[in-house]
Amino acid sequence: MTDLFYDAAPNATRVAPERPGPRQYPAKPAEVTLFGTCVMDLFFPQAGLDAIRLLEREGIRVHFPRQQSCCGQPAWTSGYVDDARTVARAQLELLDNGLPVVVPSGSCAGMFREHYREVFADEPETLTRVSALAERTFELTEFLLHVCRVDWQDLGQPTRVALHTSCTARREMNTHLHARALLDKLSNVQRLDHDHESECCGFGGTFSVRMPEVSGAMVLDKTRSLRESGAAEMVTADGGCLLNINGSLEKQKQAFRGRHLASFLWERVSGESRS
Amino acid sequence: MSQRIPVTELADSFRGRAAVALADDQLRTNFRVAMDSLMQKRADAFPDADEREGLRELGNHIKARALSRLPELLEQLEARLTANGVKVHWAETTEEANRIVHSIIASRNGTQVVKGKSMVSEEMEMNDYLAERDIECLESDMGEYIVQLDGEKPSHIIMPAIHKNRFQIARLFHDKLGVEETEDVNELIQIGRRTLRQKFLEADVGVSGVNFAVAETGTLLLVENEGNGRMSTTVPPVHIAVTGIEKVVENLRDVVPLVSLLTRSALGQPITTYVNLISGPRKPDELDGPEEVHLVLLDNGRSGAFADAQMRQTLNCIRCGACMNHCPVYTRVGGHTYGEVYPGPIGKIITPHMVGLHKVPDHPSASSLCGACGEVCPVKIPIPEMLRRLRQENVKSPAEQPKVKDGGAKYSRKERAIWRLWAWLNTSPVIYRLFLWGATRFRKLTPKNVGPWTDHHTAPVPARRSLHDLARAHLNQGDPS
Repeated sequence: MTDLFYDAAPNATRVAPERPGPRQYPAKPAEVTLFGTCVMDLFFPQAGLDAIRLLEREGIRVHFPRQQSCCGQPAWTSGYVDDARTVARAQLELLDNGLPVVVPSGSCAGMFREHYREVFADEPETLTRVSALAERTFELTEFLLHVCRVDWQDLGQPTRVALHTSCTARREMNTHLHARALLDKLSNVQRLDHDHESECCGFGGTFSVRMPEVSGAMVLDKTRSLRESGAAEMVTADGGCLLNINGSLEKQKQAFRGRHLASFLWERVSGESRS
Repeated sequence: MSQRIPVTELADSFRGRAAVALADDQLRTNFRVAMDSLMQKRADAFPDADEREGLRELGNHIKARALSRLPELLEQLEARLTANGVKVHWAETTEEANRIVHSIIASRNGTQVVKGKSMVSEEMEMNDYLAERDIECLESDMGEYIVQLDGEKPSHIIMPAIHKNRFQIARLFHDKLGVEETEDVNELIQIGRRTLRQKFLEADVGVSGVNFAVAETGTLLLVENEGNGRMSTTVPPVHIAVTGIEKVVENLRDVVPLVSLLTRSALGQPITTYVNLISGPRKPDELDGPEEVHLVLLDNGRSGAFADAQMRQTLNCIRCGACMNHCPVYTRVGGHTYGEVYPGPIGKIITPHMVGLHKVPDHPSASSLCGACGEVCPVKIPIPEMLRRLRQENVKSPAEQPKVKDGGAKYSRKERAIWRLWAWLNTSPVIYRLFLWGATRFRKLTPKNVGPWTDHHTAPVPARRSLHDLARAHLNQGDPS
């Protein structure tokens, strides 16, 4: 086949962007900013706090700017570009201090890394800051694995978990590989695959309320395969998926639950048990 | 499925049709089984990820180059085909295309047409148009034949009858053809073949689609597995090919990687059983082939997509169907839910240009933007990006001049105001924190029913303390930041 790989479009416009090479990671910084995300803020604050503790455990000083709110993704994916830009600009301002930004939710990290450049496509002067932010943004599991290069001792009892990753985060940033690698570091944790693991849980932000029947069918299938995986619980590093999956499980009156990966990891490495 | 909104009130909408499809266990099983198998076949056909990605990039570049020269390539195609003895016709609308096809058939006093598989002819609703003029149009692709027999439309662009299993087909053949009911797939196919064989010989005109129209040589390339395409294009005295203007590529060299991408992405095949290269009618010294060959080039909104640098990428599509095979929404609701000729992710992004967003206002929203479609697209159409763009055009006010046909179909002042409020809340730190304080403090007052969300979930209850609150206490941050 190799002779077929000719330069097919030397002058064409609108070709697909080049595939990025593997991301180069910096040395572990002394300080980082945690961007907590709006969903974590209101519904999973403990996981956000556990993310802070995991980072502090690595000797990193964590900042939590009080002006932070939402990355702007809900409006962006709903087509309300002006409102998304307004909110995105505010976050861009407060994160513009050169510190690495760690985000405990994959799709929000993806918003900073992949989509702010589309949000601000018409503002060349802003794009410089946007690409600087993209460079400094890390999803939590990615940061722990590749920047902190964590070396953990598992203090928990033997358990089995299923891992769910946000679709966009997985596709944009390989979060599944990062989360798997972290779980592999825990000697008493067995990660179990579940049926159609890479399939969307049906959240999709406003999709879940605009197309509730389809979204509901998707999450029903997802929760079934998670329950049938043999795992004791599900872990995920995405707040939106977690809200969707746990909300569905509770509606079904199932005992099985999902938990934010940050809380799970903190429990394993600190030996602190909450359940 | 929804407890709150009766399905009957929604049957004309995507949501309503989706609800009906979701309640049909047989349909859902048929799609799940078929799509799982197709995903596996594609994966097996691309064992080397680097080769696959390189080939997708090449496919993308070939189509981008062809589109960047679209007007001149189309002129070259016309000149070449004409020199080869093929008559080229241009149609801006499906109505025009139908008139052209009809006039060709009428000029031969034709009454019977046999068709190879063609999605553009579906777009034209050619069968209905000709039937109204007393011309019988018979589908010769087995899947198309089945849906035609049952008075349905295709539910998938490659496998039109994929929504049916063999038991349902056995029953259909029994009911419509009077044959004995058999669940033997081979026998079912033989029954279809026997019926069709005679029709190929009787037909006055054969109609087909085109996979790639090669400008440099004036060649029409058609891939198929059943031989019906070859029969339709060679046995009847007249062959009419119908296709969209985006199918033109520069040269034969470009076709090689595109065919490989097409057949591997669609069915996991290294190549189809038949690859037809049609370059003109029967020459005086030849023994077979049609006496006349026509090509109808249809626009039907494609030039509208072409005019927009971002949406132009939708014209890269080579109609492999991989996006629908991998789509979690399509897999659950099936092709008919989309209510249009092209279902699935690709349908959602090309249909608005053809019929306008007013006719398909919910198509752009019927996606969780999971990205499975964009990941497998052999020509790298960024489908999620296109869907997001369509949502943007869909909520524009008339004053904002939407750039897609009938844009603004979902414009709502109320929703606009809600998002404005959301933006204000998220850019006013003090108000935002006040909101967090209220939501956590009065968490017990959270309503048990929050719109459609609570049809399938419990209502989310805010935590006792927000992360802002917990983080401040933990970090002991007196000063902002």
